[in-house]
Amino acid sequence: MEKVIRHLTKDVIKVLKAGDFILFSGILYTARDQAHKKLLDLIKAKKPLPFDLKDKVIYYCGPTPALHGQVVGACGPTTSSRMDSFTPQLLSKGILAMIGKGQRCAEVIAAIKKYQAVYFSTYAGCGALLSQCVKSKKLICFAELGTEAVFAFEVEKFPLITAIDAQGGTIYE
Amino acid sequence: MRKVSVKIIEDKVKSLSIKVNTHLRPDVLSALKKALRLETKTLARKALNAIIKNAEIAQEKSIAICQDTGLPVVFLELGAEVYIGQNITEIIINSVAQAYRQGCLRASLQRDPILRQYKPEYKPAIVHTDIVNGGKIKISLLPKGFGSENKAQVKMFNPTSSWDEISDFIVQSVALAGASACPPYIIGIGIGGTQDFACLLAKKALLLPIDKKSNAKIAAMETNLLQRINKLKIGAMGLGGKITCLGIKILTHPTHIAGLPAAVNISCHALRSGSVVI
Repeated sequence: MEKVIRHLTKDVIKVLKAGDFILFSGILYTARDQAHKKLLDLIKAKKPLPFDLKDKVIYYCGPTPALHGQVVGACGPTTSSRMDSFTPQLLSKGILAMIGKGQRCAEVIAAIKKYQAVYFSTYAGCGALLSQCVKSKKLICFAELGTEAVFAFEVEKFPLITAIDAQGGTIYE
Repeated sequence: MRKVSVKIIEDKVKSLSIKVNTHLRPDVLSALKKALRLETKTLARKALNAIIKNAEIAQEKSIAICQDTGLPVVFLELGAEVYIGQNITEIIINSVAQAYRQGCLRASLQRDPILRQYKPEYKPAIVHTDIVNGGKIKISLLPKGFGSENKAQVKMFNPTSSWDEISDFIVQSVALAGASACPPYIIGIGIGGTQDFACLLAKKALLLPIDKKSNAKIAAMETNLLQRINKLKIGAMGLGGKITCLGIKILTHPTHIAGLPAAVNISCHALRSGSVVI
């Protein structure tokens, strides 16, 4: 039986172990390279953020446009390590989880432990498959970035593999 | 002289652009199915199943296989007897861009690589041209995703370096890519020429069907590398297991007596490419 999680909370995260496979139903916020940079610039300048980071699940993704009648186009994960230098600060602002692909650096693992967060990987290179889990898509901010804008995806049974857990355990060697 | 109409080139390039992004290459698909037969690790099997299912959905619904529809790289072989009357490079760049827009593929190109202040666009594809004999045009398109392109490597060896040294470098390059570039990988190797030419060969090697046998000497090197890379146990999507690499292709070219350039171009499992001959 595959476990479906509807409410991702600190309590749920704490018990996840690296290697656990779950299906997530809820809201993801897409943000990749340029959105991370913009958020960090705003944080540095002590300016208000366009959305509250607290308890958000951040998905490293830049989707293709939706074909007629579809919610979104292909929407798989991008390489997480490019976000490494921004991640500890976003975690300090309260993000709950990140979804991407591939390893993270030691500083990110330490920050995940410190803030009791979690890093998931999802099916990398499977953008068409993952698009079928997205039920709605809403632009949140940074429209000028095109595919790199922040979108809220409402997802149903989105597959996640716990890649780095809140204890710092990892699936990667 | 053979006159070829602009319209034919445009139409062929447009349909090729959509096809390669929505139909996984048959040789790659069959290698993935073979990998699934060999893999025993549960999570890695789950990943391989997802990749195969993804290819089916993409083809059926005409959705991009991967949201990273790449930097479109075009290899053009232009017959010396062909007459078009217009700039074929521009025709190709514009046709790829139009197809990407119409086919809901991703605008992933940043006009200013340093300041990056523009909204991502569909142009320009990169076009490499060879003039060949005859009256035909061959256009090959490789939309190169950058998760894997970022892991490309090149090294200038001494001409006295051994194959062992070169293969260590290749295996090391794959180990560095780790789980980040969407394994199981397909790996293109370019050896010889100049530094830039070796890189181009490595990319061109990705166009070759991975189930097509190379000549005996090269095939032995490819097999040896494949075995060593699979021993890294990175596995599908970095989840461990037997299959880190689906196939490896080596292209060589004459080089200088003072050097030995070796380049590695890694492709994710969603290796997309195709050709048309006009």
